[in-house]
Amino acid sequence: MESMSMAFKAILSNKMRSFLTMLGIVIGVVSIVVLTAIGQGTNAAVISNIEDMGTNLLSVSIFARRNNPVTLDALRAMNREHESIAQVAPLLNSTGTVKAGLILYEDGSIIATTPGYDQIRGWTLRYGRFLTEPDNDNRSFVAVLGQEAAVELFGSVNAVGLTMNYQGYTFTVVGVLDEIGTTVSGSGDNLIIIPFSLGERLFRSKGISSFYVSATGSDTIDEAQSVVEAHLDKLMSTSTSSSSYRINNQSAMLEALNESTSQLTLMLAGIAAISLLVGGIGIMNIMLVSVSERTREIGIRKAIGATRGNILSQFLIEALTVSLLGGMIGLGISWGACTMLAPALGMTMIFSPSIAFLAIGFSVLIGVVFGLYPAAKASGLKPIEALRHE
Amino acid sequence: MIRMENIVKQYKLGGEVIYALDHVSLHVAKGEYVAIIGPSGSGKSTLMNIIGCLDTADSGEYLLAGKKIGSYSQRQLARLRNRHIGFIFQGFHLLQKLSALENVELPLIYQQVGRRERRKRAKAALESVGLGKRIRHKPTELSGGQQQRCAIARALVTRPNLILADEPTGNLDSRTGQEIMAMLDELHQAGNTIVLITHDSDVAARADRLIRIVDGRVYEDTAGGDADKQDLAKEA
Repeated sequence: MESMSMAFKAILSNKMRSFLTMLGIVIGVVSIVVLTAIGQGTNAAVISNIEDMGTNLLSVSIFARRNNPVTLDALRAMNREHESIAQVAPLLNSTGTVKAGLILYEDGSIIATTPGYDQIRGWTLRYGRFLTEPDNDNRSFVAVLGQEAAVELFGSVNAVGLTMNYQGYTFTVVGVLDEIGTTVSGSGDNLIIIPFSLGERLFRSKGISSFYVSATGSDTIDEAQSVVEAHLDKLMSTSTSSSSYRINNQSAMLEALNESTSQLTLMLAGIAAISLLVGGIGIMNIMLVSVSERTREIGIRKAIGATRGNILSQFLIEALTVSLLGGMIGLGISWGACTMLAPALGMTMIFSPSIAFLAIGFSVLIGVVFGLYPAAKASGLKPIEALRHE
Repeated sequence: MIRMENIVKQYKLGGEVIYALDHVSLHVAKGEYVAIIGPSGSGKSTLMNIIGCLDTADSGEYLLAGKKIGSYSQRQLARLRNRHIGFIFQGFHLLQKLSALENVELPLIYQQVGRRERRKRAKAALESVGLGKRIRHKPTELSGGQQQRCAIARALVTRPNLILADEPTGNLDSRTGQEIMAMLDELHQAGNTIVLITHDSDVAARADRLIRIVDGRVYEDTAGGDADKQDLAKEA
């Protein structure tokens, strides 16, 4: 208790210097806490982005161009035969200009698929309906539009029932999707979705080169993956090798991404920790100056009965108080930065209490480690020599 | 109170061994007022450091208040200084950043006396040296004489067995010096044991007994009656 008040007195008696010493620790703690908050925020944002796409999602690419045995019927059979598979939908991609009256829309991504794809991707409809089986069977000239595509072509009215032109054909809009936003796989709002059978014709592409599978749940995703693998292996048994397709497992991707972003966070924290270390060296520097400046004080204290331990703890507590105070101030500043700066910069920042404790603990440790040498030096002074010091 | 037998302290200077204290023996009884006098370089400062437990002898035996000091650790010596010795230095040696009261409290802090008790005793000590109205002042706001009185209060606050004054008037003008010496006289009258180290024979004359140190030896000791000590003095 006494040494505590002594330390405070010593710190207060040299405010400017104490402040500058503290600044090193403050900056160190702020950089650790804020950088990890940014790192964790980014991590969380990326993960929620992927999770929005569905963690029970498999995307399959087929590389076999000729003799592609994967047909719509084969996919339907796969869907029927296996319980772990909820939905299967093939996908064809194209681009092109779409017209509605005088308005040209060139940024559209035109995809051809089957009913169920909306469920696989977790999309909901704002107006109208998604594709149906009859649309596919009849090769109907119908389209479902993404939010952006609908607004660009028709303005903010309900576009259902309106018509548009693509490759000289007239399509009737049957549905408009809710806003999807930008995901890892690109913007979802510029889509123009037409029936798969029609797409095969218009895009002049025979066979399925890419399809999506949704598992019944995120726990059955691995089972679904092996089922799909087995199915494809059987289909392609003789003609091609197993490397002629690739399956992207969304949850495996999530894990990998999670790992890499936490590594990034760790790296940021590591860099920030270096600045805390530099702050610690600042403490040591100032404490050493303080010891040599106060040699006479140490001599007087020792003459009137201070033991080595008394002097050691006096200087150690001083270093500790500086670093702890610096840590607290730094924490306050980082908390403010996280709550005020994050919305201003449009960043996700997660202020985690565990990191806060860690930063405080680390700054205390720094105080002890870098205070120890000067304190030991002070306590080792001989009283007569210290008294003689001017 | 003090019992020294054949105390030796030597320094190595280059290859040469210099005796700062060359087999010094002296006894000081409780309640005595002794002045140790000698020119600079005579070894009187070394002697005072050993008496004050600020330094230890290379050989010989030193008993303070019946305790053998020779084998004491640094920690034990610190405790001894704290409890048994009150120092009065030439340069006052007050902590500049603390008030008079806090300075006087300091030895009690190291004795782990509680805050209240400490305050009370420090205040009483300051009042006894006539600084009762200046307890909140910093040393820089006090005159030299007041600073030395504050230092005396600090020396007295632990009720030490021995008051060790090292050139207490060295930094003061003669009038203030007289005041301080008068205060030491009072302390002696009150029954304190005082050892005064000085090079000034006028100051030394106020003590009951005078020990003159020359070249690390006891050259003269005015103590009467003790045959041992007289013999030693003659020998030197």
